[in-house]
Amino acid sequence: MALTGLFLCFFLIIHLLGNFQLLLPPEEAQLQYNLYSDFLSNNLVVKIISYVLYASILVHTLDAIYLSIKAKKAKGSSYVKDKRNRASKWYSRQMMLLGTIVFAFLVIHFKDFWFPYKFGDLSSDINGNKDLYTLVIVSFQKLWYVILYAVAILALGFHLLHGFFSAIRSIGLYNPTYNRIVKSVGVVFAVAITLGYFVIPLYIYLNA
Amino acid sequence: MNSFSLLSEAINNRIVMKIHLKIWRQKNQNTKGQLETYTLDDVDAEMSFLEMLDMLNLKLAKQGERPVEFDHDCREGICGQCGVMINGIAHGPLKNTTTCQLHMRSFKDGDTIFVEPFKAKAFPVIRDLKVNRSALDEIIAAGGYISVSTGQAPEANSILVSHEEAESAFDSAACIGCGACVATCKNASAALFTSSKISQLAKLPQGKKESNKRTVDMVNRMEDLGFGHCTNTEACQVECPQDISVLNIAQMNYEYNKAKLVK
Amino acid sequence: MAKEIHATIPEGDLKDKWSNYKAHAKLVSPNNRKKLEVIVVGTGLAGASAAASLAEMGYKIKSFCFQDSPRRAHSVAAQGGVNAMKNYQNDGDSVYRMFYDTLKGGDFRSREANTYRLAECSASLIDQAVAQGVPFGREYSGYLKNRSFGGVQVSRTFYARGQTGQQLLLGAYQALMRQKEQGNVQLYTRHEMLDLVIIDGKAKGIIARNLDTGEIERHGAHAVILATGGFGKIYYLSTLAMGCNASAIWRAYKKGALMANPSWTQVHPTSLPQSGPYQSKLTLMSESLRNDGRIWVPKSKEEQRLPGEIPEEERDYYLERKYPSFGNLAPRDIASRAAKEQIDAGKGVGALKNAVYLDFSDAIKEYGQELIAERYGNLFTMYQKITGIDAYKEPMKISPSAHFSMGGLWVDYDLMTSIPGLFAIGEANFSDHGANRLGANSLLQACVDGYYIAPYTLQNYLADQIQVKKTDVNHPAFTEAEEKVQKQLHHFINQKGTKTAEEFHRELGKILYDKCGLSRSEDGLKIAISQIQNLREDFKTNLLVPGDVEDINSELEKAGRVSDYLELSELMCIDALNRNESCGAHFREEFQTEDGEAKRDDKDFAYSAAWEWSGEVSSPILNKEVLKFEFVQPTQRSYK
Repeated sequence: MALTGLFLCFFLIIHLLGNFQLLLPPEEAQLQYNLYSDFLSNNLVVKIISYVLYASILVHTLDAIYLSIKAKKAKGSSYVKDKRNRASKWYSRQMMLLGTIVFAFLVIHFKDFWFPYKFGDLSSDINGNKDLYTLVIVSFQKLWYVILYAVAILALGFHLLHGFFSAIRSIGLYNPTYNRIVKSVGVVFAVAITLGYFVIPLYIYLNA
Repeated sequence: MNSFSLLSEAINNRIVMKIHLKIWRQKNQNTKGQLETYTLDDVDAEMSFLEMLDMLNLKLAKQGERPVEFDHDCREGICGQCGVMINGIAHGPLKNTTTCQLHMRSFKDGDTIFVEPFKAKAFPVIRDLKVNRSALDEIIAAGGYISVSTGQAPEANSILVSHEEAESAFDSAACIGCGACVATCKNASAALFTSSKISQLAKLPQGKKESNKRTVDMVNRMEDLGFGHCTNTEACQVECPQDISVLNIAQMNYEYNKAKLVK
Repeated sequence: MAKEIHATIPEGDLKDKWSNYKAHAKLVSPNNRKKLEVIVVGTGLAGASAAASLAEMGYKIKSFCFQDSPRRAHSVAAQGGVNAMKNYQNDGDSVYRMFYDTLKGGDFRSREANTYRLAECSASLIDQAVAQGVPFGREYSGYLKNRSFGGVQVSRTFYARGQTGQQLLLGAYQALMRQKEQGNVQLYTRHEMLDLVIIDGKAKGIIARNLDTGEIERHGAHAVILATGGFGKIYYLSTLAMGCNASAIWRAYKKGALMANPSWTQVHPTSLPQSGPYQSKLTLMSESLRNDGRIWVPKSKEEQRLPGEIPEEERDYYLERKYPSFGNLAPRDIASRAAKEQIDAGKGVGALKNAVYLDFSDAIKEYGQELIAERYGNLFTMYQKITGIDAYKEPMKISPSAHFSMGGLWVDYDLMTSIPGLFAIGEANFSDHGANRLGANSLLQACVDGYYIAPYTLQNYLADQIQVKKTDVNHPAFTEAEEKVQKQLHHFINQKGTKTAEEFHRELGKILYDKCGLSRSEDGLKIAISQIQNLREDFKTNLLVPGDVEDINSELEKAGRVSDYLELSELMCIDALNRNESCGAHFREEFQTEDGEAKRDDKDFAYSAAWEWSGEVSSPILNKEVLKFEFVQPTQRSYK
């Protein structure tokens, strides 16, 4: 869980950095972004990493399902009066829910961008690269789509807020000072990722 | 004599409360339980929570009813035998306090208090508020010790333990084994309990030697006994009467991962 | 005419006795050990350590406790520390000094040889506890730390913050669980021993009740060890756990084991005072607090001001005044009696005027709050939890409370009772503390008995039992004992009277505190005896126990314990009445010096009174074990 989670965190950074190219002036952005996408889909190393990524998503999800079943089995009957919530953050208890939202979003995300790019009939830009850029820009001109995206990113943000430090814990960092640092880094990371992924659709929508 | 007249004077000056109780009654593991309602008109604010239950039991006994079975022994917060869910919180509203050290001054006149047993699959109900926590003993039996024979041992000062190591080991060792961490955990995990022992012994030079085996054996036993998995919500430490740190769990994970890697 | 009994003390010089014993004790060969079964009742420090040690040797152990886990036995609550002669502080300590301190602290009413052995074995205990992972306090260099304790002038107390008992017990418990895992120990938690079974004059088993199901069970063995702790709970309000009881040793007494000095109960000076009539127990505050806390009361009875507003010159630091050389670290019996004196004189503090102040303001000024918090932090927290008062800001209010039973089953040098095959260790026996126990010697005695003595002496006994077959639990003696137990339990349930066991217990406690507590008198004791007899009669017909015998039933458990208390309490009074002297915790008003100190009578009372069951509660037979002081000359105890 921790290892796949941390790999996915790493991926989020790379993916975000790549996507920041969308914020360049339109003409430049189009060519740059399409070139970048082409590079990603044809480079062998990136290919291997992408398979690791698919596997991570799958293992992370299956592990989550397994742990939920285990927790359900371990729990006794429920309490009539239950105030245990006071002792922990809501998002730390709702990782499964948040994860499910993120997973559902991923399905949509793949369907809308990854699938058309890989298997669909996309037109080419002037450099002859598939024009993913236009697909993205057009998609984010719909308000409902931006809202859907925003909800998912928010869920992801809370998922990370707990997930990042929790992963480091599970690996076994027990030094109190480093733990404080990791906790702060985790918060900064979650906020940065959330804002970063949020800024792009917002920018596209507002500039349309 | 003097003290008895003062005692009655104190009785006149005390704060008396009316308390409504909703208490879990269950005949045994195989029957279903339910909440029963009781009212006490004469609860002294200075009473401990368990003394309030004593008072209820006296009343029930006099009415020819079965008293409520609940666990308790030392009543000074160290034996770990008491422990119930009070208004949905393990050991009640005060932080880092056992049920026996909770006093009625933490409640208000007219309050309704829900009292339920600790619930987890690994803690079957014996009767009413009493649960069987022998699973925790089983975890210790799996390896929660330094394998040294009793009797002879090397001179105590030949094993130097720094002040910080000793204090830190003590912090872990302070666990009283009450099971509040399990009852509080949304996954019914015994990670805090198990890790406090693993971590205590791993922090001490004399315990480091067999840490790999100890950790794997104890963690495996914990899993076999049907406890859930730790997802680091940290609720356990908040409700732990001894404020055992969740970093013990991190150390357990470290020791476990290390053991698995060196294998 | 009282019979005289002897303790089979080995020959030789004081310091050679235990070595001589060990050199000549009989052994059992390893392959024979697994054929021999031993029952150990109680899983406190003494019980768990004996069970673990014997199991490691290869004996088959059945370990019983009434708690839901062995780790909960009341040794867990001991706070301050454990004494051991290591002389790490280089402050003049020696085995002899430790022995002498203990003997003197007990007012020269313990057996020299046993007391010396306690001091002799103390050093190894620390070695072993460290090896087990007990996190004792350490210096920054990594060496072990010590603190001082009442009644001595050296620092020989080892401690793990304010939870030394817990940490030592967990060490023993873990050793026990290790043996359980290896199959050498069978654990019977939530089981209470209700009778001892004797076959052909030897202890061969017990009748126990499974407290979760109500089932009565028979358990046989080649020997039985009772490590069931003390019975201070007989006073109802005490520092003991709610479940602590005298039933195991009392029922052994009624089967012929002698009970020695039962009236010697230590009343601990630093417990929290009673706050109301509903109270179920008193909480102890470690004696170690007296290292840095100063005890005082206002000089005036009419004092109304808050403690902080009372100027120095209007305070009476009575311990420092009366006992300048030991001051606030005077032994427990003396500190408790001095507190009672002040309270009785009307100078007590608090709403019930039943307490004295224990003040840390000077220590905080001198060392800073941080250091005080490191030393006693958990005690201050505990105090705040119970009373709601911050003791860093205002003095604690403390009061004496029943605590430790110096008396108990009479045992010989082997820790065997007068019944062959029945051993008593730890607080359950009477052996090492005389008429008053020094602080931090209780954990020591429990550990030494269990880890260091019982393994040798049990083996010495078991060596003659190799040929003896496994005990048959269908023997008529088991049947008879079980029937008796059943009959009693049904009698409790069937009375359907009006008073619960707890109500009887409260009444009994009051009688004992008043007449057989910190001070006793002939008249008072005689009244107490008749009051107890009346209460016992009432208990026979007017007891109310709801529920059934064959079921979990905590009221029934209490009834059994209180029933035994109602008999033992009379023996305590008889014992106190018999001893026409004052010694240690036993203070008879008729026998005091001019300045109110205990006045011993070595000519007539230098003996342990070992009482024998006659078949009648009220007419026990007195046996005397004369205390021979070969190596030490008893002196008038002075802490001035």
